[in-house]
Amino acid sequence: MRKLSVTLLSAFSIFVGLLLLWQSVIWIFSLPPYLLPSPARVAHAIVTRLPSLMTSLGLTAAAAAGGLLAALLVGVAIALLFAQSPWIRRMFYPYTILLQTVPIVAIAPMILLWIGPGLSAVTLIAFIICLAPIVANTTQGLISVDRNMVDLFLMHNASRSQVLLKLRLPHAMPSIFTGIRIASGIAVIGAITGELFAGSSRVGVGGIGYAIQYASAQLETDYLFALVLAATLLGFVFFFAVMFLDWYFLHHWHESARVVDQE
Amino acid sequence: MNTPLIVPAIALDQATKRYGIAKAGIATILESITTQVQRREFVSIIGPSGCGKSTLLKIVAGLSPITSGSIAIHGMTPQKARELISFIFQDATLLPWRTVRQNVVLGLELDGMARETRNAKVDTVLSLVGLSHVADSFPRQLSGGMKMRVSIARALATRPQILLLDEPFAALDEMTRDRINEELLRLREEQNWTALFVTHSVAEAVFLSTRILILAPNPGRIAHDLPIELPFPRTESTRRSSAFDRTVSEVSRALRSVSINSESKGDGQEIGVYPA
Ligand SMILES: Nc1ncnc2c1ncn2[C@@H]1O[C@H](COP(=O)(O)OP(=O)(O)OP(=O)(O)O)[C@@H](O)[C@H]1O
Ligand SMILES: [Mg+2]
Repeated sequence: MRKLSVTLLSAFSIFVGLLLLWQSVIWIFSLPPYLLPSPARVAHAIVTRLPSLMTSLGLTAAAAAGGLLAALLVGVAIALLFAQSPWIRRMFYPYTILLQTVPIVAIAPMILLWIGPGLSAVTLIAFIICLAPIVANTTQGLISVDRNMVDLFLMHNASRSQVLLKLRLPHAMPSIFTGIRIASGIAVIGAITGELFAGSSRVGVGGIGYAIQYASAQLETDYLFALVLAATLLGFVFFFAVMFLDWYFLHHWHESARVVDQE
Repeated sequence: MNTPLIVPAIALDQATKRYGIAKAGIATILESITTQVQRREFVSIIGPSGCGKSTLLKIVAGLSPITSGSIAIHGMTPQKARELISFIFQDATLLPWRTVRQNVVLGLELDGMARETRNAKVDTVLSLVGLSHVADSFPRQLSGGMKMRVSIARALATRPQILLLDEPFAALDEMTRDRINEELLRLREEQNWTALFVTHSVAEAVFLSTRILILAPNPGRIAHDLPIELPFPRTESTRRSSAFDRTVSEVSRALRSVSINSESKGDGQEIGVYPA
């Protein structure tokens, strides 16, 4: 606990230090606000435009979380299929890699064309970007079960679904969480990238990516900064939420999830 | 041919195991294994690495079919006899997400036994191996020796007729291993199982067994079938007796003759001749 408060204190002092540095750069080079707004101006922008900032944040969070959740469901389902036989893996696995290598910026306009701009398009983009790491990690976890463990189940004439539910899936949990952790980081980035193309269905209202584009076109640099801060914060929240779930579900038995509760 | 009144626990007749297909080349792993293991015998199998010891256990367990010959477990096919058999592997193979109690119950759970009945059985078997106080711990909280005892408890919970043990104590330190060996014999006094035990340690095989089979490699076959006449109950003092030492060196000599022949064929292997 003492360690935690020391960590928090040092993190806070670094934060204050950075604010001071930021302010002094403006003073020293006498930069105009549209190039680099002062911390006070950014704070002001946050306060005065809080409702629209929260709306944007909410939309992006919804798209990222929705995409991540859908990718988790679909990804685990695909991995369960992949785990059935090496044949299936060999035939379809290359396509999940393709999913990972296709530049999202390139397919975003197509998605926009097919389903129009708005939350569902952005969610779909976040989903696509999250799918590959979840499929890859879950499949790995499902098939890396110790041969002797499987034999143990076979000795009791266990059915395929018993082996799956009582052995393969629990064994794959740490790998699934690794997949989710990787996906949660790129989910937010994916959603914001998506919003740059397909962010809004109504003029003036959209997620963070959309608002960033709008603010930069209007040269509202102070609000732009506020949006960047909000996006970073969102990424943080996602990351720690997943860390917490990982710890919550795995810490009693799995070593990797125990870093958090070590002194 | 008249059938004996009591069928042997394990009967192998010319059992042969091959892998591969004709075109790609066939490897004969086990060649014409013929032997009988009577009920309540404790038979150890030793032999150079790769000579087919694990394969033999898997055949008996019905996890791997033989290519030719015949096999009967209590007069049945191995698949039918599965519920009479428990398998204990080298690493304890516990499910890390289950507590000790939940691990021990696994077999009964898969067999579809009712919850109350199986919980009572688990309590009994846990106290039998002296693990009641860690029933709700997770495997990662236990030492290697304790994990192995959980594994033994899990195997015994289903009241098996036959125990198959594949180098179960190889990863344990010598003191823990000796203690668990004694415990295993004590459990055998109280229960009725037959054991087929694979090990690389001659001393361990001599201490535990009523009979030792020495396998020769390439292809795996029974080279020696040695009865171990040391009296039961065997304890720590058995290990210090001269009869024990004598038996260990006899078995070691037999094992060495088998291994030297195979070494000239060029496959390296380590033979564990542990000092008594
Ligand atoms: N599924 C398989 N397909 C082909 N060959 C196999 C298969 N399983 C085992 N073998 C071969 O059978 C031989 C015997 O293997 P086995 O594991 O039974 O040996 P072992 O006596 O238990 O060795 P160790 O002492 O190292 O445990 C080995 O040469 C191995 O390569
Ligand atoms: Mg083996």
